[in-house]
Amino acid sequence: MAEVKLVDIKKSYGAAAVIHDVNLAIADGEFVVFVGPSGCGKSTLLRIIAGLESVSGGEILIDGHSVTNVPASDRGLAMVFQSYALYPHMSVNKNMAFALENMGLGKGEIDQRVRRAAQMLRLTEYLDRKPKALSGGQRQRVAIGRAIVRDPKIFLFDEPLSNLDAELRVATRKELAALHAELGGTMIYVTHDQVEAMTLADRIVVLRAGRIEQIGTPLDLYNNPANLFVAGFIGSPRMNLFPGRVSAPGQIAVGAETRTILVPSAGAAPFGSEITLGSRPEHIDIVSEDQADLVITVDLVEQLGGETYLYGSAPSLPQVTVRQDGQALYARNERLGLHLKRDALHLFDADGQCVPSQ
Amino acid sequence: MNVASLLTARRSARRWHWTDVAAYAYLLLGVVLMFGPVLWLVLSSFKTQAGLLEFPPSLLPMAQKEVRVEGFPQPLQLFRVTMEDGSTRELAQVRRVGIQAQMVDPLNPSQQVRVPIDRRVPVRELSLATRNYTEPLERFAFTRFLGNSVFVTVVATLITLLINSMAAYALSIYEFKGKNAAMLVVIGTLMIPITIILVPVYLVVTTVGLVNSLWAVILPGAATPTGVFLLRQYMLTLPRDLIEAARMDKASEWQIYWRIVMPLTLPALAVLAIFSIMWRWNEFLWPLAVLTKTEVYTLQIGLNAFQGELQTQWHYLLAMTVVTLTPVAIVFVFLQRFITTGIANTGMK
Amino acid sequence: MARSPIIPAATESPVSKVKLAERNGTFQIRKVLTSIIDWPMAALQRLVGERGMAYVFLLPNLIFFGLFVFVPLGINILYSATGGAALFPADRPYVGLDQYGYLFDCGSYIDPNTCREDHFWRGVTNTFNFTMFQVVTMVVLSLLTAIVLNMKIRGRGFFRAVYFFPVLLSPVVVALIWKWILQRDGLLNALITSLGGEKILFLNEPGWATFWIVFVSVWSHMGFYTLILLAGLQAIPADIYEAAEMDATPRWRVFWRLTLPLLWPNLIVVVVLALIRAVQTFDEVFVLTGGGPGTATLMVVQYIYETAFSNQVQNFGLAAAASVVLGVVLFALTLIQLAFTRRKTS
Repeated sequence: MAEVKLVDIKKSYGAAAVIHDVNLAIADGEFVVFVGPSGCGKSTLLRIIAGLESVSGGEILIDGHSVTNVPASDRGLAMVFQSYALYPHMSVNKNMAFALENMGLGKGEIDQRVRRAAQMLRLTEYLDRKPKALSGGQRQRVAIGRAIVRDPKIFLFDEPLSNLDAELRVATRKELAALHAELGGTMIYVTHDQVEAMTLADRIVVLRAGRIEQIGTPLDLYNNPANLFVAGFIGSPRMNLFPGRVSAPGQIAVGAETRTILVPSAGAAPFGSEITLGSRPEHIDIVSEDQADLVITVDLVEQLGGETYLYGSAPSLPQVTVRQDGQALYARNERLGLHLKRDALHLFDADGQCVPSQ
Repeated sequence: MNVASLLTARRSARRWHWTDVAAYAYLLLGVVLMFGPVLWLVLSSFKTQAGLLEFPPSLLPMAQKEVRVEGFPQPLQLFRVTMEDGSTRELAQVRRVGIQAQMVDPLNPSQQVRVPIDRRVPVRELSLATRNYTEPLERFAFTRFLGNSVFVTVVATLITLLINSMAAYALSIYEFKGKNAAMLVVIGTLMIPITIILVPVYLVVTTVGLVNSLWAVILPGAATPTGVFLLRQYMLTLPRDLIEAARMDKASEWQIYWRIVMPLTLPALAVLAIFSIMWRWNEFLWPLAVLTKTEVYTLQIGLNAFQGELQTQWHYLLAMTVVTLTPVAIVFVFLQRFITTGIANTGMK
Repeated sequence: MARSPIIPAATESPVSKVKLAERNGTFQIRKVLTSIIDWPMAALQRLVGERGMAYVFLLPNLIFFGLFVFVPLGINILYSATGGAALFPADRPYVGLDQYGYLFDCGSYIDPNTCREDHFWRGVTNTFNFTMFQVVTMVVLSLLTAIVLNMKIRGRGFFRAVYFFPVLLSPVVVALIWKWILQRDGLLNALITSLGGEKILFLNEPGWATFWIVFVSVWSHMGFYTLILLAGLQAIPADIYEAAEMDATPRWRVFWRLTLPLLWPNLIVVVVLALIRAVQTFDEVFVLTGGGPGTATLMVVQYIYETAFSNQVQNFGLAAAASVVLGVVLFALTLIQLAFTRRKTS
């Protein structure tokens, strides 16, 4: 059993507070991803769990035991560093064996574990090489191997894929998912890439400026973002966000449009209040202008073959992204009417919080 | 959770390991050992000759207090006297006869008191014997030694900066036949310190007629391989196109060197200048061999000679030692950052 | 908002920038002074060409090297192969390897007393002993200090400067500072007597004298090597230590298996540099003990100096022979040093 619980975690460097009151519970065997823009504190939070940073307040519990004051070496966690942190003067074999020697295991057992991990990670033929003779991807696998051999309760990953090129990143992502399925340990993973988060996580923790914005399964966050930040962060291309005002009950005016958008579910919002409409590119239909919620002029058409992205603008509105299946033919400067699907429309109030639909 | 963990949660996770305590203790010991002796030197240099002969020595330079007493032409030494009734008074001594001292109260000079000498203890005050500094400078030509050292240091540093930077410039900017050979020559020079060519350099200097002139000290060490490497390393980081652009602007090579590259190399030149000042100011073996006339002695040679001929005049020797180390100490206080980073970089080369 | 195509910003010629600054008056004075040299140098350039100027720049330094280093090196060998008392080689009779023969004429090389030139061999033995003690002590202490300075301590810059301070002092000053402390009635004896001991005449006893020359030499030089080792320690990436922490590595093992192997190249460089310096020791020892008591702290370089310059009878040939021997030792050490620095940078 390897559950992690964070209770009221606070962290400050001098006067600057970087983590504010983080509460989180991670179940045994879960793959949790901390995601957020740079500076949001995700790496700091990971390092706090690891024990490499102290907390200014709060408690960390692993399997019910408080480890807040336990040094990193005694917490029984394994970490894969962003820069891999391999011991440069030791071979791959020795790198992986190092921690096991510290644990006092016998040579036979060490050998066995190392070989097993090397096999799992396709490193067997590189066992005698030094890190500088390995490629980036291979080094990364060694870093993972170093963690695996220890059979830890919990794995920590600090942006492990950020130093790899795009193609390798995709391949390694799949390997990590397979690894989790095979090993079954609890994994806490930090990344700034929301695609990695969406594909790998059982649950995602979205962080911003040291606070948790939302916790949920990937689809949960995708379908029901709790606030503007999560709505804009999760999902690529970004969700379209239209700032508007309630002009009449159930009617919202966006941009410079004289026409208003009828949104019955916004009926309870007070008159004149600010409200933001959110609609993902795939939830926008192209209709005739008179039936449309808003009209845009096409700026750019991107044909990806299996889908098409249209970028258009309207006065006083941020750029709109529309997704169309297949190879839709549209020209620049064409005027298009857009209809936002009501069952996939998100409403956010003036504070950026999600307004639950009635 | 329970109260205990709540309490410990407030304390910082990083407690003091025994190695932290040991580290600070070691560093404090370092401060005492490194600065202590120099401090002791400075303190001792302000003591009078008599003060230096005391054993055990006092920490601070002290001299016996003297007072002017009405009716006596010379100032009298002040003592603290234990009277028969046990009280103590401060009395001035008129004269000492055998084991009795004739003393007067400075406030009441008409009354003379006889006091056995074991009842009196000198009253001392902090006193800096600055004569230790002024006399050698006036009487023993130390000002001349100082001037010689300054001359050598300044001129040598200027020459070093000039010719080393020119050589570094050639070796970093240009590609020419014999460049590798020149580099080998510079490296080779590293392997040939003065200690193994004392005699022949002496011959060269004698042939040129410079023996017993300050130039004999300045010239042999002006071209330094370390200097060339240091400057070359730095010049290699300058953007090449700066020089190409200058050539296009019809600047002559000398102008490029003097007007563009040199100003840009200022940080490295500063480091070399500091090194050179240090080396030249502290130079000993070679000047010892080549300077035999007192009037051309540098400060270091003068100091060494001074200890030889006047073995027991420590008060002068100590003061002049302080004078010798002062310029370096000043450089240290202000430019220490430069020096330490400069050495770290060359050491890593 | 419309995006304009990216137009490269107009770049000024860098020389024009410098000339602009000059026009602004910052370099006016220098300009006047240095313009005197400009004309002849430009003329020279017309003569030798742009490439040729490289040689012009190199020449002064090379002349100095040639005149004061390489030519003397050759003449040194000449001196060692000639005898007589004259300074000018032309006036010296050729004696071949006789000087070396004289120098190496020993009953047993380990016992200087059996040698004809016993001072030389005493110098060799003393230098050897001194080098061994001094280099080992200094490297160990420098390493220790570097490790301490590398820990997370407050005021690291200050402490680093503290250890570096004696490096800047001249050898004469260093020797006099300690000579004063080691006096019969000096500070050290005052401390000893206050603890109930007897006064020791440190510089009059061979054992103590040797101890103190090692101590003083380490005291004044260790800051330099501490800096080099500290730079080496700081070059080790911090996340390796964090990885070791996650691997539950005890502190001694971190040092033994991680820090030391990664610092090894720097250590070798420091050891060789220290050896080269120690073998040439002269200044502090000469001022502190003068080679005494007797010849207990006589170093090889002092032997060379005295034989050539300060003895009653100046023997240039013998001094040259001795310095050739020293030169060979130094050459070997420098080759080792270069081999290691080459390997490090490759």
